[in-house]
Amino acid sequence: MEVKTSPSKKSAAPPPISSELEVRIRKRFLNPEGSFILNTHFRALAGFTILFGASGAGKTTLLDCIAGLNDPDDGRVAVGGEDLYDSEKKRNVAAWKRRIGYVFQELALFPHLTAEENVAYGLPTLTPAERLARTGHILQTFRIEHVRDRRPAQISGGERQRVALARALVTEPRALLLDEPLAALDRPTKSHILADLRQWNQNHRVPILYVTHSSEEVFALGDEVIVLDAGRIVAQGRPHEVMRAPRLETVAQLSGFENIFDAAVVALHEDRGTMTCRLGTGTVELETPLVRAEVGSRLRVGIRAGDLLLATQSPKGLSARNVVAGTIRGLEQRDVIVSAFVDCGGTEFEVHLTLAAREALKAAPGKKVWLVVKTHSCHLMSG
Amino acid sequence: MNWEAFWLTVRLAAIVSVLLIAIGIPIAYWIAHSRWRWKFLVEAVVALPIVLPPTVLGFYVLLALGSRSPLGRWWESLTGHTLAFTFEGLVIGSLIYSLPFAVQPFAASFGAVDPKLLRASASLGQSPARTFWRVVLPLSKAGLVTGFALSFAHTLGEFGVVLMVGGNIPGVTRTISIDIYDQVQAAQYASANWTAIVLLLISFAALSIVYGINRRPWAVGPWK
Repeated sequence: MEVKTSPSKKSAAPPPISSELEVRIRKRFLNPEGSFILNTHFRALAGFTILFGASGAGKTTLLDCIAGLNDPDDGRVAVGGEDLYDSEKKRNVAAWKRRIGYVFQELALFPHLTAEENVAYGLPTLTPAERLARTGHILQTFRIEHVRDRRPAQISGGERQRVALARALVTEPRALLLDEPLAALDRPTKSHILADLRQWNQNHRVPILYVTHSSEEVFALGDEVIVLDAGRIVAQGRPHEVMRAPRLETVAQLSGFENIFDAAVVALHEDRGTMTCRLGTGTVELETPLVRAEVGSRLRVGIRAGDLLLATQSPKGLSARNVVAGTIRGLEQRDVIVSAFVDCGGTEFEVHLTLAAREALKAAPGKKVWLVVKTHSCHLMSG
Repeated sequence: MNWEAFWLTVRLAAIVSVLLIAIGIPIAYWIAHSRWRWKFLVEAVVALPIVLPPTVLGFYVLLALGSRSPLGRWWESLTGHTLAFTFEGLVIGSLIYSLPFAVQPFAASFGAVDPKLLRASASLGQSPARTFWRVVLPLSKAGLVTGFALSFAHTLGEFGVVLMVGGNIPGVTRTISIDIYDQVQAAQYASANWTAIVLLLISFAALSIVYGINRRPWAVGPWK
């Protein structure tokens, strides 16, 4: 009965959408590379907001400050208009009174409690009947009813993940913080859990701050993404708008590349996350990953010789987007690696082959070949 | 076998080890979580009874309980008699004597609880007190049993402190270890032997419990 009435009540009268999360935090923090100042200011509306950044960028420190598990040096944290932390008003609500759900990277399930007891942990003030109903419902939502009587050590990683999510969500938090909660899972498990989480968020319109350093997850979840680097927000917006910009490589990173070309952007394909670049003064055009650039802007493209493939016939049915016809100009053997220099309409590529590949291809100067270049083998830096 | 002395000793050890759970838990929690820079001094004081000769400890306890000390006078004004050479005095002396045997295992097990669990508990809306009750205590079960058993066994076998603080009053402060000493003094070796064996067996049983639990964290309790 309980289980049936509570969701229908919600769909009839959705909770007020006042649970906007406002975060303005300054805090000195340490990571293995030194001391940084976390300095951020953003608002998160109901739905997913992705916090993206390399490890050490300050993501976990930021979440800890929002949850009240760590104190900022100054700033303000408010949810639904209520101040949880305000350095000016000297206000700092204790973590356990904030009603902000937090799923840690390490999950931190209680080892002495069963899955069901873990989930019910945050509901001690409810009557046993209500607690049972709420717990039962969330166990069902996250498909973990079958492990309800088992301890965390006795269930799989994906199940533990679901228990940790259910445990945080069942308390009906005003905002939800997820710190790389799916990092350790395989892809199918990951996408199932994300689907269930999205489903939950349909009925509970609260802001979800989702920390990740996987760009794949950014695109999978992507409502709004905030890119954090060394404690500062360096980009914010929709994934396609902001995600590619930080992927521009630095000169140092490209210095080890055998093939570096000046290139001009010919076309942008934002729908599929790629763009077309023409190399040098020749005619070769490559489909490369999308970076924040405009048509006509000049970049440099780096490609490792070991990432290139050669074919002796025009290849068909390839996943690689770029196939360029060319002619072998010369071969050089260094130890067990053969460098083939391939001329493609005036642009020369260096390709690394094994000795066996040279034999199989019967590679020799003057031979006609097709060069295969994967989009993601093209590394871009500003020109 | 002097059953009067035996039951007196068991009663003393039981009272002391139960009281030490109540006294030891807050001290141990403070030791496990305090960041006070002088904490090590408190730890050293708590550990003193391990290294101090029981006669030294007993001597100071006797002074503290006597009618010249403020504590002794206060007790006398309440009850009309001094604490020295009474069972209550013996309890106080034994509490101090066995304190480290309770506090150290408690503090070690509190400190071993993963701080992430405490953070998780706070994020689920539970106060520090509730967190202690629902997470720290259950996960420290082995340490609690260890501290209880060690302080029980340690009190059971004390001699020097008892002699200094309690004297040797049959039915009031004569414990079995004192009784064994008396019997040996009176050349009653057979009788002393029986009493000694009982003490040996109880101590062995207590330590077996301690090592049994610590062999595997979850060897005690309803779960496998």
